[in-house]
Amino acid sequence: MIKRVAILGVLALFIALLLGRVAVPAPRSGPGPTGSAYIERSIPELGAQNVVTAIVVTWRGLDTLGEVSVLFLAAAGVALLLRTLGGGRGGNGPPRRDSSEILKTGADVVTPAIVYFGVYVFMGGHLTPGGGFQGGAVIASAVLLLLLAFPSYRLRHGILTAVESLSGAAYVAVGLAGLVLAAGFLDTRVLPLGIPGRIVSAGAIPLIYTLIGLKVGTELAAVIENLGGRR
Amino acid sequence: MVLLTVIGTVMIVAAVLAVHLRSLLGAIISAGVVSLFASIVFLLLGAPDVAMTEAAIGAGLSTVIFLFALRRTTGKDHDK
Repeated sequence: MIKRVAILGVLALFIALLLGRVAVPAPRSGPGPTGSAYIERSIPELGAQNVVTAIVVTWRGLDTLGEVSVLFLAAAGVALLLRTLGGGRGGNGPPRRDSSEILKTGADVVTPAIVYFGVYVFMGGHLTPGGGFQGGAVIASAVLLLLLAFPSYRLRHGILTAVESLSGAAYVAVGLAGLVLAAGFLDTRVLPLGIPGRIVSAGAIPLIYTLIGLKVGTELAAVIENLGGRR
Repeated sequence: MVLLTVIGTVMIVAAVLAVHLRSLLGAIISAGVVSLFASIVFLLLGAPDVAMTEAAIGAGLSTVIFLFALRRTTGKDHDK
């Protein structure tokens, strides 16, 4: 009874808060002072057309490094748990039904296109919406499609681990280079800014997003394979 | 605005279903539907970067990872 009253009370509180938010819309049109400052400074200072990327990679670069570390820890935890606990289960279950011809042929055709799209998303992150995390997730979904279509497919964990650790280390190295060559840790102006709008421009932003894309892609692919592929 | 209201209603219904459904498979799918519609809302509100992340990670990968985890924990195949 008390539990129910408490739940209802919390719900009423949430509804009241939500109604308060909805009933009082912000009268301001356009971005506030902080947003305007970011929008004005993104192209002249960093050469990045996509303001979101400029904020995420440069001005809030430390947060991005933290996110990458969290994802790395999660992937390492999954690999540790499933390889030690689930190692003996492989081959015990009934043989899996082979995938349908439509799925196999479709996967053959679509997988390269998905990988290319992922690369486009993380390399063009400073020009168009997108970036390392999104591109990496797209590439991991291509791996997922491969695993669904060909259940016996195995990833080479040696290459995955090498790509992941090298790109992670290179990301930190680029950040440290900013300490010496530019204004501080993770400053992207270690490379020339170039002409805004070109694929090679905006300093180290494309480089960093490529490294993050490779790292996230290999991490998520390893997670997917650890969870679903070992049957 | 009408579209946003419709999508928001669908999201709330799917979220309640995800909590209350007896079938775990159905609950996972409902949670995926919430993420999918959330990404459409982000797109409509002018945040394509967030929409891409939500669609790829929220609606795609995390749903699949839940499905894999469900298959591993129950020991039965839910492919059918």
